[in-house]
Amino acid sequence: MTKRALILVGTKKGGFILDGDAERRDWSLRGPLNEGWPIRHLAADPRSGQIYAGGGSEWYGPAVWRSDDLGASWTHSSEGLTYGEDGPAIETVWNLTPAGDTLYAGVAPAGLFKSMDGGRTWAHVTGLSDHPSRSTWQPGAGGLCLHSIVPHPSDPSKMWIAISAVGTFATEDGGTTWEPRNTGVRADFLPDPYPVTGQCVHKLVMAPGRPERLYQENHCGTYRSDDAARTWVSLEDGLPSTFGFPMVTHPRDADTAYTIPLNGDSTGRYMPAGQAAVWKTTDAGATWTDLRIGLPQEGAFLTVLREAMAVDTLSPHGIYFGTTSGELFASDDEGATWRTIAEHLPSISSVETLVTDA
Amino acid sequence: MIEVRLPSSLVALFPGTARRMTRPDAATVLALIEALDADHPGMRDRLCEPGPTRRPYVNLYVDGEPAELDSPLHPGATVHILPAVAGGAGA
Repeated sequence: MTKRALILVGTKKGGFILDGDAERRDWSLRGPLNEGWPIRHLAADPRSGQIYAGGGSEWYGPAVWRSDDLGASWTHSSEGLTYGEDGPAIETVWNLTPAGDTLYAGVAPAGLFKSMDGGRTWAHVTGLSDHPSRSTWQPGAGGLCLHSIVPHPSDPSKMWIAISAVGTFATEDGGTTWEPRNTGVRADFLPDPYPVTGQCVHKLVMAPGRPERLYQENHCGTYRSDDAARTWVSLEDGLPSTFGFPMVTHPRDADTAYTIPLNGDSTGRYMPAGQAAVWKTTDAGATWTDLRIGLPQEGAFLTVLREAMAVDTLSPHGIYFGTTSGELFASDDEGATWRTIAEHLPSISSVETLVTDA
Repeated sequence: MIEVRLPSSLVALFPGTARRMTRPDAATVLALIEALDADHPGMRDRLCEPGPTRRPYVNLYVDGEPAELDSPLHPGATVHILPAVAGGAGA
């Protein structure tokens, strides 16, 4: 059966969906969706084809939207998405990650919620918020956000999450208890650059087929772990900057990952020298190669946020990224060449893909 | 009975909801919102934060005067729910 890809784009003014043809050359844009709400994350469950949107309206608060028809129609709910009447108000939903029959949501102020009914009702995973370090959690520039949720592919008792600016945590008992796993990850903005918690993880991802391997892009470097995040090694040699947001892995190769370094946390946070590039490793971060063909190389002061890059599962795989200035770039040859496939969108918060039958 | 006026941006989230409606008497604005929520599940969450308190950029008016969730309602009152002009700064 011929397959096609959809690109799911979360923006400050609603979700957008690009429908691709079988060759990934022609893309048709739909949106804005979700009543134009700021959408932090538009993501799909590849098992069911359901699409979820997480975000928050300044007027009406946070909610999770759901579509059962590839974005043609939507419902929304925030039932149970609360810290209780005595708790702080949840500002927005940062991340939605399906894991089997469970849908997880990461929110700000940082916390983890789970739904067993496709986002209609939610329950707080209190074990994380009960961690003894909770009183020390400090926000990053984007707020105190739980932005990365990484379920183990086959063991539902294991999961990793990441919070800015608190670090990576892991559970091995289904979320009842959690432990920080930040050994080897720098926090240059703290007096002890290697604290137990306090790191500003920007994005945490798992290597395909190797659940003990994770990669992270961080405010202070790029890292890999091969022991389920217990220890981390630096991968920043060969990259033009120690600051970047997104990180994605190849859909099938555990040694291949992509990142987009920016020029620094206090010097503009745009592509180094105003030249757009995606950086690729095929040896688990030992070396990096810049990919630029088809990307603007002059005056490209572009910023790509942590959730705004994605691959599809086709072969060769496609890779896509969106900028805060509303451009969407695509490659159908694993980054060798690039095209602009959308412009003038609102500021892009997230990019994901869904592969369906054509 | 209570006259209720809802904004277009709110009714858009609850298809089929009228912007102008007449509701049974309610003791307070919160009681009115909870009755609306019974007919339109999820509406309370769109208007109220933990406390409960009204969301910061949702303005409530009773007979044209600024109100809060605990403001009393008398039979014949008119309640306006309006998104604040200050909201949406991040848009």
